[in-house]
Amino acid sequence: MFNFNVEKKSNSDIFDQVKKWDLLIIGGGPAGLNAGLYAKRKGLVVGIIAKEIGGQLHNTTTVDNYLGFNMIEGKDLSNTFLDHINQLDVPILSGTNVKAITNIKPDFQIETENGKKLISKTVLMATGGMPRKLGIPGEDKFANKGITYCATCDAPFFKDKEVIVAGGGNSAVEGVLDLVPWAKKITLVHRSQFRADEILLKKLETIDKLTIHLQTQILAILGDELVTGIQVLNKKTNKKHIINTDGLLIEIGTVPNSYLIKDLVKTNQKDEVIVDNNQMTSLLGMFASGDITEQPFKQIIIATAEGAKAALAVNQYLNQNYKGE
Amino acid sequence: MAKLLNEDATKQIKEVLQGMVNKVTMIVFTKKGKCNTCKETKQLLQEVKPLNDKINVLEKDLEDDLDEAKKYNVTLAPTIIILDKDDKYQGLKFTGIPAGHEINSFLSAILTMSGKNIEIDDKTIEKIKNIDKAVDIKVFITLSCPHCPGAVATSHALAYLNDNVEATMIEAQTFMDLAREYKVSGVPKIVINDKYEIVGNQPIDAYLKEIEKL
Repeated sequence: MFNFNVEKKSNSDIFDQVKKWDLLIIGGGPAGLNAGLYAKRKGLVVGIIAKEIGGQLHNTTTVDNYLGFNMIEGKDLSNTFLDHINQLDVPILSGTNVKAITNIKPDFQIETENGKKLISKTVLMATGGMPRKLGIPGEDKFANKGITYCATCDAPFFKDKEVIVAGGGNSAVEGVLDLVPWAKKITLVHRSQFRADEILLKKLETIDKLTIHLQTQILAILGDELVTGIQVLNKKTNKKHIINTDGLLIEIGTVPNSYLIKDLVKTNQKDEVIVDNNQMTSLLGMFASGDITEQPFKQIIIATAEGAKAALAVNQYLNQNYKGE
Repeated sequence: MAKLLNEDATKQIKEVLQGMVNKVTMIVFTKKGKCNTCKETKQLLQEVKPLNDKINVLEKDLEDDLDEAKKYNVTLAPTIIILDKDDKYQGLKFTGIPAGHEINSFLSAILTMSGKNIEIDDKTIEKIKNIDKAVDIKVFITLSCPHCPGAVATSHALAYLNDNVEATMIEAQTFMDLAREYKVSGVPKIVINDKYEIVGNQPIDAYLKEIEKL
């Protein structure tokens, strides 16, 4: 009846003892955890700093496209990763955010919210992304008043209610599936055609309480104290109309968590970090992997692989190009 | 009765509780008749108790032990409060079962009340200690929310460090009417003195900013 998702802790006392790290990884999602594994295996003095271990895996109910697992819950995949790197004693400082990163050439100083100041020869940014907003009238006003960006967290509030899901990618389709046990009626609204995997789309065909509006753009979120509806533009007929609803789940992708290093490295127009073939940013010694980078396919397995690539490249950089002591 | 904690969870919880410094006493308030998750909450505490000999558990009834309930400002069942080694209540409260992801904030509260050091910088601790008004923090959560334990732990840290602050985790699915009253549709939702709101697992400075407005 009840699950108990105990977060596996690792020893964080070492963060008060190490004078200079070879590599500090910011972020505890797939990219950061795999980088920790690869760096430790290379013998680097490596640590991970993350507010929450698992990253966006925790916002995903089921993962069914990670090789080796037919179907696994996001939190279980995260725990599987964590179990693996805990076996190698990779130190993790969890529960705190990084407040600032300063380049003190050739090293970096990392300041955490809980007051630690750490020095590292290299940094890997693996901070992933956060939910992208629609950027339309009513979105800020009704945040948490009927609007949600996390189906796994908030689905119980839509018990026996009507809910609209905005988006047409895998996350939006998974959001629909998360809402099925709770909502009375679900309407999926997307401005163009589906981008989700065919295998997921097939699952939608059997949901009787689902209505789908493609080529339909959401123009505004309406309501009084709480959300009561959305105004949409049907792009085929060019006509506007209102769809009533009790809630709105927005699943239209992510924006990169690059704000900490925006002034330090080159980013593209979407604020995604630009990296070279070795995951190095425009700043010597600073690397980036996963959804924070400009690579277009935001997938767990790609983030994981980029984490490995960065750790190996860090090792090479420290052996061949690092100018400090 | 089937156990709530499986072998793996029991082992992990036992490991975490090895970090306890001093003894704690947990009081669980339940009530007779219809009481959603009361039985399970009591059972959870009975299963956690043998995992560390520094844990003491007392069971109380919301009506039969009214004076005790009033003393700790408990009005809903189930509610768990945690007392320190000197049986002092510092405002750390759980209304509803801390299962799912929330087991982590529950373990964190036990460790904190046992005297384990909270990792907050000195400047922030000073700010927290200077709070001189009564502050009531409600943290609405769901058991499937991975971002919620962090928000509960932050509000509990504020309560632990200042006697004027009381912080209550509220499990929204069991107390859905209360959640609707506070217009909760996303969690974690933090309500301060029924007046100011924060959404999400925010840093402690965000709480202090709202508290300053009181």
